[in-house]
Amino acid sequence: MAVHTSQSVVKAAGENDARGRSRGTGTPPPAPGRFRRGLSTHWYAWTMVAPVVLVIGVIIGYPLLRGIYLSMTDADERNVARSIGVNELPATYKFVGADNYIDALTGSQFLGTLGWTLVWTVSCVSITFVLGMGLANILNRRIAGRSAYRMALILPWAIPGFVSVFAWRFLYNEERGLLNKILGGAGIDGIPWLNDPTWAKFAVIAVNVWLGIPFMMVALLGGLQSIPSEQYEAAEMDGATAWQRFRHITLPGLRPVSTTVILLSTIWTFNMFPVIFLLTRGGPGEATQILVTQAYKFSFEISPRDFAQSSTWGVLILVLLMLFAVIYRRVLRTQGDNW
Amino acid sequence: MRRGITATALVAALALAATACGSDDKSGGGSSSGELSGTVTWWDTSNVGSEDKVFKKLAEGFEKKHPKVDVKYVSVPFGDAQNKFKNAAQAGSSAPDVIRSEVAWTPDFASLGYLAPLDGTAALKNQDDFLPQAVASTKFEDKTYAVPQVIDSMGIFYNKKLLEKAGVEAPTNLVELKTAAKQIKDKTGKTGLYLRGDDPYYFLSFLYGEGGDLVDAESKTVTVDKPEGVKAFKAVKALVDDGTAKTDASDGWENMMQSFKNGDVAMMINGPWAVADTLTGKEFTDKDNLGIATVPAGSTAHGAPQGGHNLAVYAGSKNLEASYAFVEYMTSVESQATTAGELNLLPTRTSAYAKKEAVNSEIVGFFKPVVETAVERPWIPEGGSLFAPLGVEYTKVLTGQTTPEKAAKSTGDSYRKLLEGWK
Repeated sequence: MAVHTSQSVVKAAGENDARGRSRGTGTPPPAPGRFRRGLSTHWYAWTMVAPVVLVIGVIIGYPLLRGIYLSMTDADERNVARSIGVNELPATYKFVGADNYIDALTGSQFLGTLGWTLVWTVSCVSITFVLGMGLANILNRRIAGRSAYRMALILPWAIPGFVSVFAWRFLYNEERGLLNKILGGAGIDGIPWLNDPTWAKFAVIAVNVWLGIPFMMVALLGGLQSIPSEQYEAAEMDGATAWQRFRHITLPGLRPVSTTVILLSTIWTFNMFPVIFLLTRGGPGEATQILVTQAYKFSFEISPRDFAQSSTWGVLILVLLMLFAVIYRRVLRTQGDNW
Repeated sequence: MRRGITATALVAALALAATACGSDDKSGGGSSSGELSGTVTWWDTSNVGSEDKVFKKLAEGFEKKHPKVDVKYVSVPFGDAQNKFKNAAQAGSSAPDVIRSEVAWTPDFASLGYLAPLDGTAALKNQDDFLPQAVASTKFEDKTYAVPQVIDSMGIFYNKKLLEKAGVEAPTNLVELKTAAKQIKDKTGKTGLYLRGDDPYYFLSFLYGEGGDLVDAESKTVTVDKPEGVKAFKAVKALVDDGTAKTDASDGWENMMQSFKNGDVAMMINGPWAVADTLTGKEFTDKDNLGIATVPAGSTAHGAPQGGHNLAVYAGSKNLEASYAFVEYMTSVESQATTAGELNLLPTRTSAYAKKEAVNSEIVGFFKPVVETAVERPWIPEGGSLFAPLGVEYTKVLTGQTTPEKAAKSTGDSYRKLLEGWK
């Protein structure tokens, strides 16, 4: 319905122009009049979209604009307005322009964290994709107990994220964790999973891959099932090897699904807060801190809470992800996808 | 006009939904008739599983004195409490009436306007009875914002049986600690010391031992990056590198307590707050197996930080009168004697030390002189902010991600950013 009415808005405006101006009979109708007429014709459409506009404005628009505004001030816990019982404290922070952005982009902390965030995102997404693809291909064949396997592989998805992350944290415990007990049983020295910066990086990636595989697998399995089996049969008739079939039928056939899941998975992983926060809290030191966990730290963990810097990082994260989405889309379009 | 009716209904429904969010007035208590009533919510941060039971019982005792008051006891993990309280206090909702505030948090909360000033209220009784070093942390800009509940410091806890087996005495300095740890390893196969690597508070005694400090509040100078600070970072790194101590970058409290309670490590540096939990361990079913000595001295000095907890009242509390009375009750001589007797926690009132519960507690007896000579921390609003930057660098040093020199410098730099105009 919304589509229908919006079309008529355009048409009505066009007619108006044609009759009014081109004949040159007089002054064009004043803008408020047109607005009012638009309102009177389409008030129903406006009423219908109003709640959506309102809700989006309140839950996305306001925080976003407020975040952008705060990132251009020096707001922190000590100078924002607070009203606690008898204590009324007015806001005393001031506008500082782009200072926060200059600090973030010229300092080493943001760029260093960004570097690790990129490593984390690329490795998580690529490993998850490759493993998910492998599992999806295996489970797409008719093997005994296929549904049992599928169920088992979807399990990490069914468990709430924080529960599985805590379970992993117990497994990784250096002294009492199951992993090191197994290694100890085999006569291997325990590994400082979360206590050594390099191992901690490995550990967080492993957990995220474990959590991410079900989504990849299910999405790709759906894609695989939509590839017509005739194509495989024809290829087999022509004597194509398994690898050739995979390379020339499966991969192109999966393309619409895989491009979407890679985009989604990249955005999710880039902002994967719970895994890092609950597993290492960004530690040891700041070895596994990604951009979002560091932004959280600025506004909730340090004292005084630095709201300005936190919003600066938040806005930068948004800009980076938007840039990524735009470039990704453009690349796909040049490769012939109508996306 | 069927469309018109639906649209009107829609608008009306929206308007209804928007206004339906009524206000939930909390039943404010007070003492209009002289009798206290209403609810007092208390956030306690004591250790779950050992200390919390005693504090809960004690808090509920307030209801017996004031039958119309309902005390809501909420146990909040110590590690989360500072942030949780800040979130709640700033939002103005779901904040407790009374919070057990660590000494360094108190000036921070007070400077942010979250706490109610207590001068002239029922919360303060016999102010002169309090230990002066305990009172120091409750003041901010000449007003009192909290009442000291317990005071503490740190010592070295040791497993007497293990040390005996290894044939060593409790070490008094770092050199002795190293030789003792080596002997313990050779004779019993256990690690000498557990050093918490995720909480910089456990680093302070080493810093004081080298003659250093975080900052000097009097001359407004950052001192952590002086040579003494570098030496302290080197000292802790050496302990971990040569196997004297075991450490973790996360879950430090859990790992420390488990390893010590199970006898996997012979010693740990800790405070009175850990006593009740330690005594639940299988190595300490015989209470006498737990030995406590002063923290090992560094190369030039000897010192442990003075800590403790205060009770503070939230400025936005709907039930201030009852909250003041509750704070007074919880910090009274009787309450302090109970916690000294049952939990070996150190009272903040001089007269409580004369009570038989405190006199009979060996641990209170041991810690009392330690507390008296403990190093006072700077009671500045930023006092609670000094640990976050230090913690990052401390863990980095222990896990080999940075050098002691760089760590000291970087900590000092963040302090200067935090403390405007300090040298």
